[in-house]
Amino acid sequence: MEATPELIVIGGSWGGIQASLSILKGLPANYKIPIVLVLHRLRSMEGELQHIYEKKLALKVEEIEEKEEIKACHVYLAPANYHVLIEKDRTFSLDVSELENYSRPSIDVTFTSAVEVFDENMIGILLSGANKDGSSGLQAIRNAGGITIIQDPEEAEVSTMPLSALELVPDCKIMKLERIQEFLNSLA
Amino acid sequence: MKVEKEEFFEQEVEALIEDIYSQYGYDFSGYARASVYRRVKRFLNNKNVSTVAELKNKVLDDSYYFESFLQEITVNVTEMFRDPSFFQSLRNNVLPMLSTYPFIKIWDAGCSTGEELFSLAILLQEEGLLDRTKIYATDINQKVLKQAKEGIFPTSNIAAYTSGYYASGGKKEFSSYYLSNYGNMKFDSSLIKNVVFYPHNLATDSSFNEFHLVLCRNVLIYFNRELQEKVFKLFDDSLVELGYLALGKKETLAMSQISRNYNFVDKNNRIYRKAS
Ligand SMILES: C[S@@+](CC[C@H](N)C(=O)[O-])C[C@H]1O[C@@H](n2cnc3c(N)ncnc32)[C@H](O)[C@@H]1O
Repeated sequence: MEATPELIVIGGSWGGIQASLSILKGLPANYKIPIVLVLHRLRSMEGELQHIYEKKLALKVEEIEEKEEIKACHVYLAPANYHVLIEKDRTFSLDVSELENYSRPSIDVTFTSAVEVFDENMIGILLSGANKDGSSGLQAIRNAGGITIIQDPEEAEVSTMPLSALELVPDCKIMKLERIQEFLNSLA
Repeated sequence: MKVEKEEFFEQEVEALIEDIYSQYGYDFSGYARASVYRRVKRFLNNKNVSTVAELKNKVLDDSYYFESFLQEITVNVTEMFRDPSFFQSLRNNVLPMLSTYPFIKIWDAGCSTGEELFSLAILLQEEGLLDRTKIYATDINQKVLKQAKEGIFPTSNIAAYTSGYYASGGKKEFSSYYLSNYGNMKFDSSLIKNVVFYPHNLATDSSFNEFHLVLCRNVLIYFNRELQEKVFKLFDDSLVELGYLALGKKETLAMSQISRNYNFVDKNNRIYRKAS
């Protein structure tokens, strides 16, 4: 049997908030595997996003603070206008460097950084989005031997993000949101 | 599966950091590693260098090459009125208290290319404090200081800067502060007539003056906890009683020894005040 993954990272852009909410609201408050959520968002949404997630999820929701330790039973939101990196000691680092794929936070940046720490023991999920960010990060997770999932492009509000990932990672799992939720629930 | 290659890369970077310290005196040992490794990879990629060993030869052989490496490692990305609510809070909560001093001293640590400095100077001007304020603008990187002195920024960000200015409580026409020309905006140099620019390395240099306000935003995120603590002590040594310390939006004093002696002025915007 494979070891239980130690981290779940989820990326999304246009349509990503709704999609991630519908997955995460089905996870119980004691869901062990920490979840990091990187969403492209408007700067004007700053702060509000946390309230939206807090209202709908059983899990604890936190906007990432720099040097914060990654803990079980938490959903971590990437703050607006920062890239999120992960250190060897499993703490977060924030970074204000150049946009990647026109985005900060960039999904590629967090996925790639997470692989360097968690290696194959992680899951990468890409949801709806009108941007190609996240594809090469997902590829890095696949290359390390981790689990890669995209939202079924048919179901995604905007399919550019999952489709572009599918091109780079043709062997990733393609699932509808409901199925992703079941899968995550089956792990922990 | 990737682990071995990554470990080798990291060992090589650690050796490079040591060699840079012994040859150039810049100490990166206390920098948070995730960003350092990422920046080294980016640099290798952009410069078409295939190994860290090759990079090391170039960096140690050629001080100009080292300069460009330094640029890459010390992330210089900045903007005017980053987090407008911070500048608004500075205007409403801090400047009125500073105005009670006959002469005000401010340290902008890690000022990069000056966007933050000019934003601050505009606030001081509008609150009638600029003429009796001296600002020390410092950075590890001499090249960005030179750019800061010129006060020329690309107009590509003009819309964001303009809305940031008004969101921070700006009282005039933002365009009255600069002339735009050939894709650049040149800011009125009288805004920085009382600014002195110094190279200063927070990792290794000591306190050099006493200030009423220290701004250090989005610099400490690149340091590990140990180095952060050292820098917090440095700021503590550099602040007068009842002086203010302003950090970046996602940075905190909470883990520091000095936090006992500081109170929040604005929790959301990470503005602290030293106790008396
Ligand atoms: C991301 S910029 C932040 C600029 C500005 N404070 C802001 O928030 O927009 C970080 C700056 O810190 C400077 N820096 C990095 N390490 C430093 C050190 N050891 N001492 C002083 N400055 C440093 C870099 O050169 C860069 O200009």
